[in-house]
Amino acid sequence: MWRNPDPQPSYDYVIIGGGGHGLATAYYLANTFKKSRIAVLEKSWLGSGNIGRNTTIIRSNYLLPGNEPFYEFSMKLWEGLEQEFNFNAMVSQRGILNLLHTDAQRDAYRRRGNAMILAGADAELLDRDGVRAMYPWLNFDNARFPIKGGLLQRRAGTARHDGVAWGYARGADRAGVDLIQNCEVTGMRIENGRICGVETSRGYIAAGKVGVAVAGSSGRVMAMAGMRLPIESHVLQAFVSEGLKPVIDGVITFGAGHFYVSQSDKGGLVFGGDIDGYNSYAQRGNLGVVEDVAQGGMALMPMIGRARLLRIWGGIMDMSMDGSPIIDRTRIEGLFLNAGWCYGGFKATPASGYAFAHLLATDTPLESARAYRLDRFARGYPIDEKGMGATPNLH
Amino acid sequence: MLIPHPLLGPRDSSEFSYLGDASLMDRPDGMAPDAAERFHDYVHLRDNPAGIHRELWFHEQGDRSWLVVTRNTVTHEILGAELARDARKGGAA
Repeated sequence: MWRNPDPQPSYDYVIIGGGGHGLATAYYLANTFKKSRIAVLEKSWLGSGNIGRNTTIIRSNYLLPGNEPFYEFSMKLWEGLEQEFNFNAMVSQRGILNLLHTDAQRDAYRRRGNAMILAGADAELLDRDGVRAMYPWLNFDNARFPIKGGLLQRRAGTARHDGVAWGYARGADRAGVDLIQNCEVTGMRIENGRICGVETSRGYIAAGKVGVAVAGSSGRVMAMAGMRLPIESHVLQAFVSEGLKPVIDGVITFGAGHFYVSQSDKGGLVFGGDIDGYNSYAQRGNLGVVEDVAQGGMALMPMIGRARLLRIWGGIMDMSMDGSPIIDRTRIEGLFLNAGWCYGGFKATPASGYAFAHLLATDTPLESARAYRLDRFARGYPIDEKGMGATPNLH
Repeated sequence: MLIPHPLLGPRDSSEFSYLGDASLMDRPDGMAPDAAERFHDYVHLRDNPAGIHRELWFHEQGDRSWLVVTRNTVTHEILGAELARDARKGGAA
């Protein structure tokens, strides 16, 4: 699939992090922005972080003007991705349905749907009969949370998470990018406010520009540059049942608790819920959230109680102070940051890579990513979809 | 996770709600000339360490006391817990 080169002494561009976002950044930097002398440094193997740990959902159903155009740009990149890098990423536009349970929620979803349409995305508000026609087995008459309708984005869906990483990795490698695995960055050499290169477990590597795309570990890596971030690391758990016959052909989210579910092509129900809610780098969570997710599933679709759980795992999220990401330069010249993806990083992978490559190549932000500034908290422009304020564990 | 409550003994972490880094107890001086900058840092920036972390947990489903819990964020091992008011009195936070 790709070469396994030894690091050269210097590069024009060094991307730290060989996950989805880092590989996509390198891909677009080489192929779209025609840059060369690029390396991706990965401390483990390619795609060993959250690109291999998510629940594979792609969507662009955000509300705020700082977010929605960016995620819709990402959705459009997904739609052309397999042609772009000639690799089967199993992009499947099977639709995502956000259920609503109250009049207030219907108003909120109508507003969100309109915001999506204004940004060029698609959205349909379904009534109860519309939802029943799609998923007749949902628990419509739950005494506390009856299902009253839903917001449907038909172009949303799922993709094969590993395939995305492999497609970008192969495409970057073929364009001359050195993908260097088992190469952990251990320090940054900064002189006169400018980054000169990085110390790694495989020696010093000089760099013209350094881009950090290590969500989950952003705090640890940026501490090497003496920076504190508006980010806490939290663990998010995900769940897969044993393989079942086809029952759910799209993605469904519960509107009264935090629970979402889809079915993989192998037949397993893939589902999840809230983050555990405390700082963690452990890549595993606790049983309280397992119970909470199971209860959400039972409230939404009681038949899930017959399915046996096959696997549970955890991934480490960069939970930012407003629930939105950061793609920006830093006060250290030549050092750029791509971070704070909370639990929405997978769907953003193509646009995140494209926007970060744009920033690295041109020193200017991509138009649809202009709001993702590192200084937005100091300037008073947070992008807070849930209106929770500076509480990372509640976004 | 079981949190060793100094008054009530071991309690399940699901009885608590979580606020974050214990340094949030130290509010900056709002009258200081650089208060705006210090409050930005206080509200938004975190050390976010991988390893030992002192953090605030609120015993919401229990005696409604605030605890400072010392916990390893890499292993989830809990190394100790004290009442937040005692931690403040000792000036350790």
